[in-house]
Amino acid sequence: MSTAETLTTQGYIQHHLTQLTLGVSPEHGFGFAHSSQDAAAMGFWALNVDTMFFSILLGWLAFSFFRKVAERATAGIPDGGQNFAEWVVDFIDENVRGSFSGKNPLVAPLALTIFVWVLLMNMMDLLPVDLLPWLWGQFWSLFGANPHHVFLRVVPTADPNTTFAMALMVFFTVLYYSIKMKGVGGFLGELTLQPFGVWGMPANLILEGISLLSKPVSLALRLFGNMYAGEMIFILIALMYGGGTALAVTAGGLQFVWAVFHILIITLQAFIFMVLTVVYLDMAHQTHH
Amino acid sequence: MNFNLTLIGQMISFGVFVWFTMTYVWSPIMQALQDRKAKIAEGLAAAERGHQEKALGEQRALQLLKDAKSQAAEILSQAQKRAGEIVEEAKVNARDEGARLVVSAQAEIEHETNRAREELRGKVATLAVAAAEKILKKEIDARAHQSIVDDFVRQI
Repeated sequence: MSTAETLTTQGYIQHHLTQLTLGVSPEHGFGFAHSSQDAAAMGFWALNVDTMFFSILLGWLAFSFFRKVAERATAGIPDGGQNFAEWVVDFIDENVRGSFSGKNPLVAPLALTIFVWVLLMNMMDLLPVDLLPWLWGQFWSLFGANPHHVFLRVVPTADPNTTFAMALMVFFTVLYYSIKMKGVGGFLGELTLQPFGVWGMPANLILEGISLLSKPVSLALRLFGNMYAGEMIFILIALMYGGGTALAVTAGGLQFVWAVFHILIITLQAFIFMVLTVVYLDMAHQTHH
Repeated sequence: MNFNLTLIGQMISFGVFVWFTMTYVWSPIMQALQDRKAKIAEGLAAAERGHQEKALGEQRALQLLKDAKSQAAEILSQAQKRAGEIVEEAKVNARDEGARLVVSAQAEIEHETNRAREELRGKVATLAVAAAEKILKKEIDARAHQSIVDDFVRQI
């Protein structure tokens, strides 16, 4: 924390939790937000450039690797890259086969995309929490900017925009297949006719509606909450480095321990997101409860 | 931490990545995996076949070896028989040859004997004439008494 002397603890945390937001600010006009208040004031028509950049970069890296493997995939002896890709694909395929009973060519690639992409985005959390934001601030200070007003958040899944975007896409897919498989009537019937039968229609609708809507919300919030909390703990640990030798040594140990534990969390969250997506899609394909 | 356009952007990114994976990544890799599965099954079947063929080949080789041994034994016994025959034949030939030699030697002896006898007969005739000449000492006409001499000679 090279800038600890000039920052309050609150300011440091605030700085870390502010996105690099591009939009039209009522105060400064079009440009990057100068503070978190500024970012909030930009409203809906603003873009979190850091989130978009890192998520697309990671996705591009991962899927261009998979594409390269797929292009020269042979049934003969696989090389290292193909071996790895096959291992991942096989793992996803087994999981999808285990929890998805229907036949749909979309589900397995969807699961692969979710798992790989979310895992990589989560992994950004394992980078030292100050590393990229500090470099980014130093870079802009070369152009005369104040590094305290240059923001960067490197974990796209700690941005609710990402998790809700994925959860909504999954939700729309679930709705699409529910209606496609059961018909509009079947789907509405599922929503309104159980568990209490025709005469309990309002109660049914409330129960089933909540259960339906809770799926994307829980999906998005679970991932977001885990990653946000993980990042927050890294930030709090990083704060300890400024508190003298004893605290700094403790912080080093804590950071290591939390990072190791976090490896488990990021993998688990990516896996849960994938499995729940597959399960929801499976439920959408079932024609009766 | 605000909901903004990023939501839409991430939805689009997600959709594009899913589409990309579905179109360009999943099926080729699954295809390769399935192909390999088939190939391995094929290889295992081929190995199984190989084992069976090896067993068959071993059996065949054993059979061939046995046949060859019995043939060799047969050839050997035939050769021994033939050798015996040849020896027997040679014995017979030698005996015949010996007999022939004996016969020809006997003929030769007889011939020589005859010749010696003829010669002796001639000489005896001359001697007889000479003796008669000496005994008679008179004029004996050899021509007139030739028949007597010949008669004498024949009696020898």
